[in-house]
Amino acid sequence: MIIDGSEKSLRKFLSDLPPVDQVGAEARAAMLATRSIKTTSKAWAIDMAISMVDLTTLEGADTPGKVKSLCAKAVRPDPSDLTVPSVGAICVYNDMVKIARTELDRIGGKSLPVAAVATAFPSGRASLAVKKIDTQDAIDAGANEIDMVIDRGAFLSGRIYDVFEEIRVIKEICGKKAHLKVILETGELVTYDNVRKASYLAMLAGADFIKTSTGKVAPAATAPVVLVMLEAVRDYFTLTGEKIGVKPAGGIRTTKDAIKQLVLVKETAGEQWLTPELFRIGASALLNDLLMQRMKLRTGHYASANYVTVD
Amino acid sequence: MSDFEYANAPESKAIANIAPNYGLFIGGKFVDPKKGKSFSTINPATEELLSKVGYGDKSDIDLAVRSARAAYTKIWSKMPAKERGKYLYRIARIMQERAREFAVVETLDNGKPIRESRDTDIPLAAAHFFYHAGWADKLEYAGFGSKPKPLGVVGQIIPWNFPLLMLAWKIAPALAAGNTVVLKPAETTPLTALLFAEVCQQAGLPDGVVNIVTGDGITGAALVNHPDINKVAFTGSTEVGKAIARSISATKKSATLELGGKAANLVFEDAAIDEAVEGIINGIFFNQGHVCCAGSRLIIQENVADEVLEKLKKRMSLIRVGDPMDKNTDLGAINSKEQLNKIEEISKTGDAEGANRWSPDVKLPTKGFWYPPTIFTGVTQSHRIAREEIFGPVLSVLTFRTPSEAIEKANNTMYGLSAGIWSDKGAKVLWAAKQLKAGVIWSNTFNKFDPASPFGGYKESGWGREGGRHGLAGYLASDAKVNK
Repeated sequence: MIIDGSEKSLRKFLSDLPPVDQVGAEARAAMLATRSIKTTSKAWAIDMAISMVDLTTLEGADTPGKVKSLCAKAVRPDPSDLTVPSVGAICVYNDMVKIARTELDRIGGKSLPVAAVATAFPSGRASLAVKKIDTQDAIDAGANEIDMVIDRGAFLSGRIYDVFEEIRVIKEICGKKAHLKVILETGELVTYDNVRKASYLAMLAGADFIKTSTGKVAPAATAPVVLVMLEAVRDYFTLTGEKIGVKPAGGIRTTKDAIKQLVLVKETAGEQWLTPELFRIGASALLNDLLMQRMKLRTGHYASANYVTVD
Repeated sequence: MSDFEYANAPESKAIANIAPNYGLFIGGKFVDPKKGKSFSTINPATEELLSKVGYGDKSDIDLAVRSARAAYTKIWSKMPAKERGKYLYRIARIMQERAREFAVVETLDNGKPIRESRDTDIPLAAAHFFYHAGWADKLEYAGFGSKPKPLGVVGQIIPWNFPLLMLAWKIAPALAAGNTVVLKPAETTPLTALLFAEVCQQAGLPDGVVNIVTGDGITGAALVNHPDINKVAFTGSTEVGKAIARSISATKKSATLELGGKAANLVFEDAAIDEAVEGIINGIFFNQGHVCCAGSRLIIQENVADEVLEKLKKRMSLIRVGDPMDKNTDLGAINSKEQLNKIEEISKTGDAEGANRWSPDVKLPTKGFWYPPTIFTGVTQSHRIAREEIFGPVLSVLTFRTPSEAIEKANNTMYGLSAGIWSDKGAKVLWAAKQLKAGVIWSNTFNKFDPASPFGGYKESGWGREGGRHGLAGYLASDAKVNK
């Protein structure tokens, strides 16, 4: 154990973390964005990115019909080419978990996890009691992964132990039944120092994954934010031998964006993180761009948007 | 486990129209050297012949200086300053338009990664022309008196590490101030200067304002010793700089000398460690360490030294060494066999004197000139590798216990060109910057250049400044002084 679970030890650990230099972190991320990924490495990256997509719909207007069509897309992203891998997971609101689980099981997607956003997503503004019920509800409905949000208000006002405790309690409810992804909402934490602190806080409290954003706040998964989080999981691994996953979400819409994320992973946390077990991309529109670029690589020319399915 | 190997991503050579032969650029035309001699320039990454360029001797230098003098007296000194500025703007724009061509030629001739020539060398060279174009008609308001005057004809000698960028540092301020120039590029990297000569033609620059005479040290000496030049501007080794200073000592020629360095990169315990590691990498492995202001002495506070070194070694393992034309290459070829020998020779003294050498496991190409990214730990002030400029991808690591010891070690060198400070504490950074005897000090960054910022050194790192208002002063008559 690197902390003893007390508030004092948590505070000491977080305040001892080295600072992040904003200019330097942004420069490093910008440099990595110049990597030129071509031919075979591009083909590899596209398939890997597809298998890492957490295919997401988080709208007030979500219906069983919409969720079911997303499930079909998740299992077979390109019905005309069965060599395309399935995505990493489906990500929905609580009340859609059961529908998604049943549908996936029905159409041959038994191994595809369903992720539920819980703990009063996206703002996190509810009592702990409500958040606990919210989480339990999602797990009872068959969620395999819980994407919880942290209480940014508590974090920003310095009540970091409250944030820590909340994550710990939710993790307890998840137990062995569900993986816990902790959404930091980096767009509201603003500074890279906060991103680094919140990353460690979440990992220490038991997160299996740290996730950038809800997708409801901009900026979301910017390259420097993901860089800082990847550094955190890399160094946490050195410290504890434990590998924590990273999930950028929000604003990753093109194949180029996705490949830049994979480059960040490779050159920061390392190649061991290049697996859906340890890296996911929360997105919806991205998948079709990946499919179109995949077709382009195979056939040599771009198809019209009507050659990929809209779900 | 994954297998995300980056496939080859080579920049196309097709855009580079390198001629098989080049003459000397004198009086606005390419002319054959009087003695008809030429020499080869090769690609240091492959040892393939790129071109044969004219070898200028004393008589060619004389012709070039005469042509520069004629252009100065008859055209350039009489031209309204605003018009001079227009030529500089035109040159800057053409350089931007032909940026890719310049980048490819620079990488082929020099061995530096295309990413650096594309993202650093060429954009900065164009920026220098833009910046100085703006000065041309504003010299009266720059604080040099009401009627600042040019010097006349300037002889300029540039090194091989940033061939086009060093040309821009020299030619842009000289022309903006109203001088004409004779420039001698480095022997191993003449091609972008010759491409620049084409740009001068394309811009319609009056004949003789810029003359480019390729050759070696003898050509350079002929230029320095020519009786009709008013100033020498030199960037290169301290040894040659001293020789130049001696040879002009009894003349009225003025000089700007930008010489060697052995910069200290100080990492304090409160630094942003990940970014400091990036800065260390950038400080010593940028341009294969062929940088006079390279952060070649890493001085780390002892209580964070292990952490920094562990991260540094991991980061060094990610450096991609190889084909400079590949867009993903981080470390390219050493510029010449001669330089490779020098790096090897000094590095061996590190082994012999008891420092510990470490390099990541990299596969070096079999052809061309290569040296792996290397660090020496356990270095002390008395080791040769802590004192002499290696001018290669070799970092010497020392430690300190207190801030004052850091400063003492940093300043204990015959050079004083640049230094880096890594600390998250503003007060400490400002304190350290005041104590350091170096012309350029970077705080929480390294190797950042801007045409508006003066560059130059203390002690054996040189005389005068280049860039900014201070650099401009070096190209104006002596009543023009800038408070330093």
